[in-house]
Amino acid sequence: MILDGKCPSGLLHEKWDKRRQELNLVNPANKRKYKIIVVGTGLAGASAAATLGELGYTVEAFCYQDSPRRGHSIAAQGGINAAKNYPNDGDSIFRLFYDTVKGGDFRAREANVYRLAAVSNNIIDQCVAQGVPFARDYAGYLDNRSFGGAQVSRTFYARGQTGQQLLLGAYSALSRQIRAGSVRLHPRTEMLDLVLVNGEAKGITVRDMVTGEIKFFAADAVCLCTGGYSNVFYLSTNAMGCNVSATYRAYKKGAFFANPCFTQIHPTCIPVSGDHQSKLTLMSESLRNDGRVWVPKNKGDQRRPDEIPEEERDYFLERKYPSFGNLAPRDIASRAAKEVCDEGRGVGSSGRGVYLDFADAIKRLGEITIRERYGNLFNMYEKITAENAYKQPMRIYPAVHYTMGGLWVDYNLESTIPGLFVLGEANFSDHGANRLGASALMQGLADGYFIIPYTIANYLAQTAPGKVTVEHPEFRKSETESRDFIKRLLSIQGKKTVTEFHRELGRILWEHVGMARSESSLKKALQLIPELRAEFWENVTVTGTSAELNQELEKAGRVADFLEFGELMARDALHRAESCGGHFRVEYQMPDGEAQRDDENFSYVAAWGFTGVATEPELHKERLSFEHVHPSVRSYK
Amino acid sequence: MNLTLYVWRQKNADDRGRLEQYEAHGISPEMSFLEMLDIVNEDLIKKATEPIAFDHDCREGICGSCSQVINGVPHGQEEKTSVCQLHMRHFKDGDAIYIEPWRARAFPVIKDLIVDRSALDRIIQAGGYISSHTGGVPDANSILIPKDDAEKAMDAAECIGCGACVAACPNGSAMLFAAAKVSHLAMLPQGQVEAARRVRVMTEEMMKQGFGNCTNHYECQAACPKGIKVSFIAKLNREFIKTLGRSGKISSSVDRMADTLPSE
Repeated sequence: MILDGKCPSGLLHEKWDKRRQELNLVNPANKRKYKIIVVGTGLAGASAAATLGELGYTVEAFCYQDSPRRGHSIAAQGGINAAKNYPNDGDSIFRLFYDTVKGGDFRAREANVYRLAAVSNNIIDQCVAQGVPFARDYAGYLDNRSFGGAQVSRTFYARGQTGQQLLLGAYSALSRQIRAGSVRLHPRTEMLDLVLVNGEAKGITVRDMVTGEIKFFAADAVCLCTGGYSNVFYLSTNAMGCNVSATYRAYKKGAFFANPCFTQIHPTCIPVSGDHQSKLTLMSESLRNDGRVWVPKNKGDQRRPDEIPEEERDYFLERKYPSFGNLAPRDIASRAAKEVCDEGRGVGSSGRGVYLDFADAIKRLGEITIRERYGNLFNMYEKITAENAYKQPMRIYPAVHYTMGGLWVDYNLESTIPGLFVLGEANFSDHGANRLGASALMQGLADGYFIIPYTIANYLAQTAPGKVTVEHPEFRKSETESRDFIKRLLSIQGKKTVTEFHRELGRILWEHVGMARSESSLKKALQLIPELRAEFWENVTVTGTSAELNQELEKAGRVADFLEFGELMARDALHRAESCGGHFRVEYQMPDGEAQRDDENFSYVAAWGFTGVATEPELHKERLSFEHVHPSVRSYK
Repeated sequence: MNLTLYVWRQKNADDRGRLEQYEAHGISPEMSFLEMLDIVNEDLIKKATEPIAFDHDCREGICGSCSQVINGVPHGQEEKTSVCQLHMRHFKDGDAIYIEPWRARAFPVIKDLIVDRSALDRIIQAGGYISSHTGGVPDANSILIPKDDAEKAMDAAECIGCGACVAACPNGSAMLFAAAKVSHLAMLPQGQVEAARRVRVMTEEMMKQGFGNCTNHYECQAACPKGIKVSFIAKLNREFIKTLGRSGKISSSVDRMADTLPSE
C-alpha cells in the first residue's frame, strides 16, 4: 500500500494554518462527553493530558511509574531547541527546519518538521509561564547554548536538568487538571492491549501493577505517548522500565510500525564497566560545547592522559569536521569514536572509550564557570566512575539512546488505526534517520501542547461520543488474550531468568544490528532472534503470581515483545540497502567512510504491517518529497 | 567482596513484614547498589524464590523512584546521593547491610521496599503550580528574572520527589518537599500572583495526607539527594505568614481565593 501522510497543500509556512482552518472543532459544551485515553505521562503524555483536560475533554491518563512526574523525559539533560533567535546569530524557523531535515539525513517529512520548528517558540513561552527556571543572563534574559548539528545557539536549558524541569512543568499542569477533575490518573498501571471496535481504537486493557487486576477502559480516542524502544538493546540510556509493549501491541492490532531500524547511538555516555551493568548513563551533548574529544595518535598508548603531549593527541572530530568540530551530529560523532577504537586507539581498561577533555575550557573560562554549566554532570560522572573530571578527562563511549522509528502517523498524528494517535518518541514523524540534540523535548511538547488538541478534535467531531462501553464483546476477547498471555508466561517455569534472555537479545542486537550493520550480520540476527525467542517460551522462569505486585512478570511481558520487535528492526535494517543517519550499512559508504544514501531507491518511509509472529511483515511505503530542502550529501566538514 | 544483607520483606500492606537475611557474593566495587540487588535477585529467582521488590527506574538519580533506607539512612550514607547512584566501592568485604523501605505514616508499604508515595502528588495537585493555560502566554523574554532569583528557584526546583525527607524526619513531615515547590514558584514573578493561595492549600493538604509537622531536626536536608536546604522551609513559613492579616488570622482575600478552588 502507498501511504499518504495527508499533508496540507500550499506554501510551507502556511500549511499548518491551512490545516487548522480545515479541521473540525468540537463544541465547548460537548467536549466533556468525549473521553480520551492517554497512555504515558512523559513530556508528550503529560502535556497532552493536561491540555486536553483543560479544553474540557474527559481524560484518563495512565503510567507505569508510581507518579506521572517520573516519565523518562525527566532524564533529558542538555536542553530544548527553539527558533527564538534571541542571540541574534542568524536563526529562524526556516533554519531550525532546515537543520532538522538535514540532521535527519533527508528521511523526515518536510511539512511535519516545519510545523515543529514553527511551534518551538510557543513551547518556550509556555514553559516560562509555568515557572520553568531556565538559565538566565545577568540582565534577566533567557540564556542559550549550542548543540550538535547547528551553527547557532538555540538551545534553552535549566542546568543539566532541562528534561526534569520541563516535565515538572507539564506535570504541574497535569496535576492542576487532576485536581479540577478533568483528568483521572492511573499510576502503576500498564497497558496490555489496544481494543478495536469496527477497526477503530476505542479502548485499552490494562493491568493494575499493585493488585494484578485486569481492567478495561473504553474511550472515543486513544493517544499513545509511550516513548521509544532503546531498551530492546538491553543496555541503553533509557530507564529500566522503558519498553515497546504499548506501541508493539498496537502494531499487532494493525497500526503500521515505521522505520524501526532508525535508532540513535549517542556519542557521549559513560563506558560499560562490566557484565553486571544494568544500564548506561548519558553525559549530555552540551558537554561538547566546551569539552574536546581526543584519543592518542598511537595505537595501544598506555600513558595517563596528562602524560600524552599535545602533538601526540588526535582531536579526531576537530580534524575530520573542522567547521562543526566537537559539535558534529550524534550519528557522525558516534561512528568516528567507534572507528578510532576499532583502530586500537581507544582508552580505558576495555579500550572502548575516548577522552572528553575540559582542560582547555577550564584554562580559558575558569573552573567556576564550568562548574556552573555542568556541575551536576561532573558530579554524576564522579559518582559512577570515582574520577574527577575537573582534573582528568572524562572517558566516554557511544550508547543506544533514542529511537527515531515508531508507529507511523499522518500529519494529524493519527496512525493507520482510526482514533489511535501517537505522540512524542513513540511516533516516527519528525527526526528522519537521526535526531539532533535538544529536539526530543521540543517534539514531545509540540505534539502534546500544540498539535494533538487541534487534530484530535477533527476525529472526535466526526463520531458520536460514548458509542462504545467496556461491555462490548471486543473487550472480552482482549481480556481472554491478555489473561492467556500472562498465564503462559507464568506456566513455563524454566531455568533461565527474564534478565538473562533480555541481556542475550541485547548482545545479538548490539553486535549485529548496532552501530555498523551489514547484510550478513543482519541475516545472522534474523536467525538468532527467533531461536532465542523459541527458547524463551520454553525455558523462561517467572516467579510469583499474577494477582500481586510482580516485577518479574512485568519484565517478562516486555521482554517477550522485545523478542519479536528485535526481529522487525533487523528486517527493516536489512531491507534498507543504503546508509543514512543512525542506520549505517558497511556496504554503503563513501570512500572517506561517510554514510552513502540512496535517494533514488530509498527516499521513503518504510511502514511495516503485522501479518503474524512467524511470518514476514508487509512493507508499505510513504514517498518522501523534498520541495524546500534539496537532499544533498550531508557534510559537516 | 561478600556481604550479608538484612532486607525488609513484606508480602503486601496487610502482612506484618520481617527482616530476612541474604548473602551477596562476588560483588565488585564498580557496581551500583541496585546492581548488587539485581545479582541477589537473580540468585533468588534461580532458587524459585520471589525476588526482592524495589522501586527504581532511571538509575541516574533523577526520576526519584528509589526509596530504600540503608543502614538506617534514607538513600545510604553518601551525601547527596540517591540509592541508584550509590556505588559498592563505599562498602567493604564482610559488611552487614540493613535495607528497609521508607517509613512514614503517609507512605504505606505496598510490598517489600516499595511504598505508596501518592500523598506527595496530592500535595502538588492541591496547588503546586501556576495556573497558566496552554497558549495565550506572553513572549518568554517579556518576563525578566534576575539571574540570582532564577538560580535560587532552580535550587528548589531540583527536588526529585523521592520522599527521603519524609523518611528521614522523626515526624514524617513533608515540609522540605512542600517548601521546595512553594519557594521555587514564589521566587519567580510568574508564581507570585498565586503565592498566597498556594502556600495555604499546600500546607493544608500536607496535614490532611497524614504528614507530621516540622520541628527543626534538619534530618531532611541531610538525607536529600539533591541537597535541598532547610532555608526553603523558612521561606515557606515566611510565605505563610504573609497570608495572615494583622490579627494573625488568614486574611479574607486569601480565604476567598482558596474558596474558589475546586474541591475533591
